[in-house]
Amino acid sequence: MVVIICMIALGIVAGYFLRRRKLRYLDNIVMGIIWLLLFLLGVEAGSDERIVRWIASLGIEAFAISLGGVIGSSALALILWRLTCTNDSGKGGGR
Amino acid sequence: MKGSLIIVGFFIIGLLCGYAGIVDISRLGFDISFVALAVLIFLVGIGIGHNISELKKNLRTLRPGMLLLPLITIIGTLAGALAVSLFIPSRSIPEVLAVGSGFGYYSLSSILITETKGAELGIIALLANICREIITLLGAPLLCRLFGPLAPISSGGATSMDTTLPIITAVSGNKFAVLSVYHGFVVDLSVPLLVTLFCNI
Repeated sequence: MVVIICMIALGIVAGYFLRRRKLRYLDNIVMGIIWLLLFLLGVEAGSDERIVRWIASLGIEAFAISLGGVIGSSALALILWRLTCTNDSGKGGGR
Repeated sequence: MKGSLIIVGFFIIGLLCGYAGIVDISRLGFDISFVALAVLIFLVGIGIGHNISELKKNLRTLRPGMLLLPLITIIGTLAGALAVSLFIPSRSIPEVLAVGSGFGYYSLSSILITETKGAELGIIALLANICREIITLLGAPLLCRLFGPLAPISSGGATSMDTTLPIITAVSGNKFAVLSVYHGFVVDLSVPLLVTLFCNI
């Protein structure tokens, strides 16, 4: 994990020095590597019979955790909105 | 949305290749996932460093209290995940919190978790964080009505600066765009730190 933290720090420094240049292909390269990594994660999972058998129940767990996160963060966001927005026009979101 | 479908597509193709035994990464002799991850993180860092001055400029236009939104998102998400973990006795609390700490950043969090906790929890992280993005994309109007205009941003987590930004500005209003990008940026930074932390408890 030390390697990971060092890589992001190195990247930020490198990015800062490159800030005058346009990094046109950066997003595409990042996306390509993400696809590769997810493909590899799939390969690893697919060759593990235990995971293949359980993928449905893993999905339910995953959904529950994400829903908990969404509701928890949204509820706190409502509190922050009420606190910071005492005299702003209207409460809900105007389209 | 299209982006997450492609992501799921690659995952499923990998799953099928692994299941059929077409691709065998263990024969490569080095950990290709880790090398690719290190390169990815480096590039993500470049993206952050590259945009830092633009971000500072936008921040000055915001109300001070709203700068706390990323923190609110992090605390709220962890509280929600903690509540859910009570119903999943098969997983330890730090494991569930590590999954929750992805904040929708499915690629990075699932890969980090796979490296330290194995493929099973990595897949839960992948699915959970893709779910978070999809829930935000589909549920943003409802979240805004129930919990106010900051809720879709919080719900979007790390994705509020890119994939869910269009729906957030459509639902909550254009004036929240800068806050949304700032929020995504800070939450994004917290992902590797929090995931690593909870994986090592």
